[in-house]
Amino acid sequence: MLATPVRKFIFIVILTLMATLISLPQSFYLFGKKVNRPNIDVKIGNISFKRDIKMHLGLDLAGGSQLTFEADMSKVPAGGQADALTGVRNIIENRVNLFGISETTVQTSNFEGKDRIIVELPGVSDTVSAIELIGKTAQLSFAEIQEITPEGESTPSATLVPTDLTGADLQSAQVLFDRNTGSPAISIQFTEEGGKKFADITSRNVGRELPIILDNQIISAPTVQEQITGGSAQISGKFTVDEAKQLSIQLNAGALPVPVNLIEQKTVEATLGAMSVKQSILAGAVGLVMVGIFMIVSYGTLGIVADIGLFIFSVISLALYKLIPITLTLPGIAGFMLSIGMAVDSNILIFERFKEEKLIRNIPDALEVSFGRAWDSIRDANVATIITSLILMNPMDWDFLPSSGPVRGFAITLLIGVVLSLFTGIYVSRNLLRLFIKERKGKKK
Amino acid sequence: MKWMRYRWLYLLISGTLLISGIFSMIKWGFQVGIDFTGGSLLEYRLPDGSIKTFKEKSIDQSQKDEIKANLENETGGEVTEIRFENIGPTVGPETLKRTIYALIISTSAILLWVAYQFKNVKFGVSATLATLHDSLILIGSFSILGHFFGAELDFLFVTALLTILSFSVHDTIVVFDRIREMRKTNYGELSEMADSAVTETMVRSINNSFTIIFMLLALILLGGDTIKWFAVALLIGTISGTYSSPFVAVSLLVTWDELSKRIKK
Repeated sequence: MLATPVRKFIFIVILTLMATLISLPQSFYLFGKKVNRPNIDVKIGNISFKRDIKMHLGLDLAGGSQLTFEADMSKVPAGGQADALTGVRNIIENRVNLFGISETTVQTSNFEGKDRIIVELPGVSDTVSAIELIGKTAQLSFAEIQEITPEGESTPSATLVPTDLTGADLQSAQVLFDRNTGSPAISIQFTEEGGKKFADITSRNVGRELPIILDNQIISAPTVQEQITGGSAQISGKFTVDEAKQLSIQLNAGALPVPVNLIEQKTVEATLGAMSVKQSILAGAVGLVMVGIFMIVSYGTLGIVADIGLFIFSVISLALYKLIPITLTLPGIAGFMLSIGMAVDSNILIFERFKEEKLIRNIPDALEVSFGRAWDSIRDANVATIITSLILMNPMDWDFLPSSGPVRGFAITLLIGVVLSLFTGIYVSRNLLRLFIKERKGKKK
Repeated sequence: MKWMRYRWLYLLISGTLLISGIFSMIKWGFQVGIDFTGGSLLEYRLPDGSIKTFKEKSIDQSQKDEIKANLENETGGEVTEIRFENIGPTVGPETLKRTIYALIISTSAILLWVAYQFKNVKFGVSATLATLHDSLILIGSFSILGHFFGAELDFLFVTALLTILSFSVHDTIVVFDRIREMRKTNYGELSEMADSAVTETMVRSINNSFTIIFMLLALILLGGDTIKWFAVALLIGTISGTYSSPFVAVSLLVTWDELSKRIKK
């Protein structure tokens, strides 16, 4: 049986190796050879654990748009608002999915009675059409024209009478090109019930125009030639190909139950994000090296142990970001860097204590005593940071607290950093030092 | 070292800094970012590779197109929009409200923690005042930096403020812990114990700040514009937090102790 310190040492080594492996990029070059790192795919009995290990970058690093819409609930009866908001959320989600943007998130939030939908679109550069796509209510309806001849006047006037056939009766919509004109059009397929309604309406209106209305605007008013029973129709407005595509997505995803307004927009272009990534990696590396040198200069051999602890701290942090996974943002990187600076604090506290204790005790005892004494103040002192980062992180999504991406990103990495530093600063460096001092003692004998 | 003998000097330093900060706050106020006021921020990359930033009141698509077209005319090349933020006028004040809630909640949580930690009014209040001192210095310096260099109070600034709040408490707890530990075995004057506690924690305190300062300096110099002021705020707070633990918190504690003894006599 191995001695406990050796076993703990082996545990630390294995943990570090695993964390290093995970924190490496997907593929990289080693001595001119391309190396691919495998993904996790573990199966133990019925439980399978599968993860693509990659760093999730926030919009400020990957580029993309964050759009915040406010739902206009003025016409929704009290009590139905929560349902309406969920409806809006789902339909917006459908629309962005149909549009083919991956890794989007659609969230709702409510603050002091105002309902918001927050849409994050990574990698989208054409924000204008994304806003069009998401923000349009897309309420489709068919109307009949009724002619009224008011008394005493000879010219008849017409009014539009909406029918009960709406976008809700659609089965599907798709873009096609009109056989006669070659311009883009939308073919719609009604549901069974919708098809019946459509047949009724067309039979009543043979020879008359049947206006098709989208969001209170007539987009097309074809003349009905004969009753249509097949349950399908074609809308040929004056669309461009893009407009037609957008409308078909909106019709397929469904109309929004309430109108929404864009109230906030944040867009970062991908190249700016890539530049930020480069700058942060450089800043992180330079800072880390500086801290490392500083520790060795100040504490000599002890400093090397602290640096090993710092290296382990960094790789475990990166591995955790990938595994949890955490969306890394610029303020998140700042949080990570701040936590590196703070992580060595526990080492410094212990080493300073060790310098004093060394004078009155033998070295192994002095080591144990300084770890024990310093632990109390390390723990007490870090609680304040943990409290603050938990409040900034707002894990319960409380609506009265900020839930903005940048602040949350910072708080999460800071929290992980502080908690992890308790582990690396105490457990890892304590066991490394124990082993180290034992070795030296053994040599002296 | 007889640190506590030079309390007048610490009062002078802190007083000067606090008064200049408060002066600037009253005279110049703050540059408040669009996070809180609402408005638009646009950033373009010009054909020569440089970046130009515009700050406007909330603008719409056509105004945005106009700015870009003007810029392209001026420079005679292709201009890329690399950042666009538009924050509606109702959103800003709301964010401000949430931020204030977060400030109130975390400040009270930290204070409760300090009170629980020390179970002693003198320790608790001194630590709190030192934290308040750091916050005021940070806010004051951003008023000055805002006036001269355009630093803005935004959401990230408040995040930095909260972080510094906890860092400052962190640092003070380490020193106070030392004093408490000594009081268990020692029956001397508080000022003497304070002196030796400050001496013993001084190197740790300075070394720890150095490592944080290294990381933040790297971030300020190399990390790009977006989080530059955020890192500056953290840096100012770290320096102030390190200074205030021995020189403000402990000074206050010792002064309070002496005053209460004098009153009792």
